[in-house]
Amino acid sequence: MAKQKMTGAQALVRCLEAEGVEYIFGVPGGAILPVYDALFDSKVIKHVLVRHEQVGAHAAEGFAHATGKVGVCFGTSGPGATNLVTGIADAYMDSVPMVAITGNVPSTLIGTDAFQEADITGITMPITKHNWLVTDVAELPRVIKEAFYVARTGRPGPVLVDIPKDVQNAELEFEYPTSVNIPGYHPPVAEEPRLRDAAQLIRSASRPVVYLGGGVRHSNAFKEVFEFCELLDAPVVTTVHGKGAFPETHSLCLGMFGMHGGRYSNYTVQGSDLIIALGARFDDRVTGKLSTFAPEAKIIHLDVDPAEISKLVTATVPLVGDMKALLPLLTEETKKAFSQQGRPDISAWKKRVAEWREKHPLRYKQDGQPHILPQWAVERIWEKSQGKAVVTTGVGEHQMFAAQYWKTSYPRQFITSGGLGTMGFCLPAAIGAKLGRPDAEVIGIDGDGSFQMTLQDLATAVDLKLPIKIFVLNNLFLGMVRQWQELFYDNRFSETPLSDLPDLVKLADAYGCLGLRARTPEELDGVLDRAFAHKDGPVIVDIRVRRQEKVYPMVPAGAPLNDMIDGEER
Amino acid sequence: MERTETRPNGSTHTISLLVENKPGVLHRIAGLFSRRGYNIASLTVGPTERPEYSRMTIVVRLSSKPVEQVVRQVQKLVPVVEVRELSPQDLIERELLLVKIRTPEKNHAELRALAETYEASIVDVSPDALVIEASGNAGKLDALEERLAAYGIQELCRSGRIALERGFKTLAPRNLK
Repeated sequence: MAKQKMTGAQALVRCLEAEGVEYIFGVPGGAILPVYDALFDSKVIKHVLVRHEQVGAHAAEGFAHATGKVGVCFGTSGPGATNLVTGIADAYMDSVPMVAITGNVPSTLIGTDAFQEADITGITMPITKHNWLVTDVAELPRVIKEAFYVARTGRPGPVLVDIPKDVQNAELEFEYPTSVNIPGYHPPVAEEPRLRDAAQLIRSASRPVVYLGGGVRHSNAFKEVFEFCELLDAPVVTTVHGKGAFPETHSLCLGMFGMHGGRYSNYTVQGSDLIIALGARFDDRVTGKLSTFAPEAKIIHLDVDPAEISKLVTATVPLVGDMKALLPLLTEETKKAFSQQGRPDISAWKKRVAEWREKHPLRYKQDGQPHILPQWAVERIWEKSQGKAVVTTGVGEHQMFAAQYWKTSYPRQFITSGGLGTMGFCLPAAIGAKLGRPDAEVIGIDGDGSFQMTLQDLATAVDLKLPIKIFVLNNLFLGMVRQWQELFYDNRFSETPLSDLPDLVKLADAYGCLGLRARTPEELDGVLDRAFAHKDGPVIVDIRVRRQEKVYPMVPAGAPLNDMIDGEER
Repeated sequence: MERTETRPNGSTHTISLLVENKPGVLHRIAGLFSRRGYNIASLTVGPTERPEYSRMTIVVRLSSKPVEQVVRQVQKLVPVVEVRELSPQDLIERELLLVKIRTPEKNHAELRALAETYEASIVDVSPDALVIEASGNAGKLDALEERLAAYGIQELCRSGRIALERGFKTLAPRNLK
């Protein structure tokens, strides 16, 4: 490719085009004006004007989750950049590939407390895989190439590139590099994976369980995981990010375990003698009290990030590498062990698991209840969308109800903020997911508290005429905090009741989209039908649910995983 | 500055890093140690045989976490080209000490003799003060410090540990080995 003379801003746009970027989520501002000017000429890249940079970052995450591609967001210097921080931190915790690009004040002003100056590379150091401050325009193409490479390879994650305004305006001879050479960034050392040891553990286990995390999605290893689980024919549990890694409608799948997992799922993990963890990191929300976690279990831990091995739970056999490449080798090795030594007999174990499942199902009782129960609402929405919709959620009780009752049958179908737990994630992620998967039905299950944290971006969804449906399970509370106050703070509801504001139907009207409300169980189905029939832009559905409903079962923070509390029987 | 040889609990490890010689790298590494709760006993950084890399020697004190965890986390930082714990058996470690003693001239001869015992040298003399320079491993410097305390230490400065392994082993990046 012949070199071409152009500005840094133009070069950036060319770089993004070369990376195949379709959407950028951002807000322009003074220090990124040259880039937006160059973007004006791009025929390939579509820019989505969000109303707050945090939404841009979350939308980029939603896009990345839904498609497996790198999400891209823009912000100007200072507040534009700091508004991105929550989204970047969220992506970091959940290993979402993202490239955030910020303008900064001219190089000569950096370090002078200039107008709208913030040290965004300093600020985001702990929450990015890496970041760059570009001081020489000649380095820009290489940096952008590296940024995308780092974001999507290994354990994916967010990166940030900060470009001072003078660098955007400076000229260079543009040529996009074809290869990346970062001396300190390489895949983990290819130690000979201990596949035989792992296969022997599987062969000799009598109470195995497969534990699936977000790594399955990041590695795109759905088929490989399915084959492995079918071969083992053992119970499968998932994290919230593991939802969709294996169909929850499959008889082996026990769904989510952990703080709000099913009793049967937690009992299964606690009672197992072998845990095969695939792309998961033993987060405190799934292990409960660490010292009592699965006391008899040996652990096979497959992860792409060597630093996750034995970080919290010591792995008996670690397998470091990309799941898509590594897991089939383990499947083969296990098949070999099974054919040579016979399959292990795990029927007694499966019977016990089935009994737990029978005896301790997830439960709620809508019959005879004057109010809509949020669990029932989730199940009704699932029915109405035939379980096929891509779901995004906010953070709180509604998120856990969705995690428990939304039976995820397909990969990339359940998009949520797991690690950071960011309220306000639902609407932005739905925008990103719908743009990434225009043919999919994309819905949001949100809470009233969570929804209000980013609702200004209804404007974005309306602008784009995105037929997304946001179901707000409205209990007029910051419900999850309220639940903890009821259980652990003696019913002292400090600052958790929310006033009945805004009127979500009128709000929808003000933004020019459809607003619906269901107050009683009798109203719900009709309202859902109207929502799903609406194809012309967003719908906001205000579902008034029983205010005091709590998420059960629950492992209190710091308690052993099988030490769960349940709600009152109704 | 931590007395590296006399901690009551925890174990210390010498970690050697080859890092890209670029702005902000120290910040990234120090930030990682602080946010993950790894206790830095000393940290030194300086040029190496190749201008594009710097070498850092970090002495880390760990009470519960295994040192492998620290090494793996550090390895994830993009500008860290190579990192390893140096084996305590094969370690050549040195530290530099500068210490200013305020003492009348009549004591100077005694101090000179003491310095000699520790292979230290007196690098500045004024009528009522001396500056002594010593190098060696931390234990030796700790001992010297203790002896000098009796004369009244006015000011003291230690460089933190630098270290290499004996023999042919190096920390060169893979592609340069």
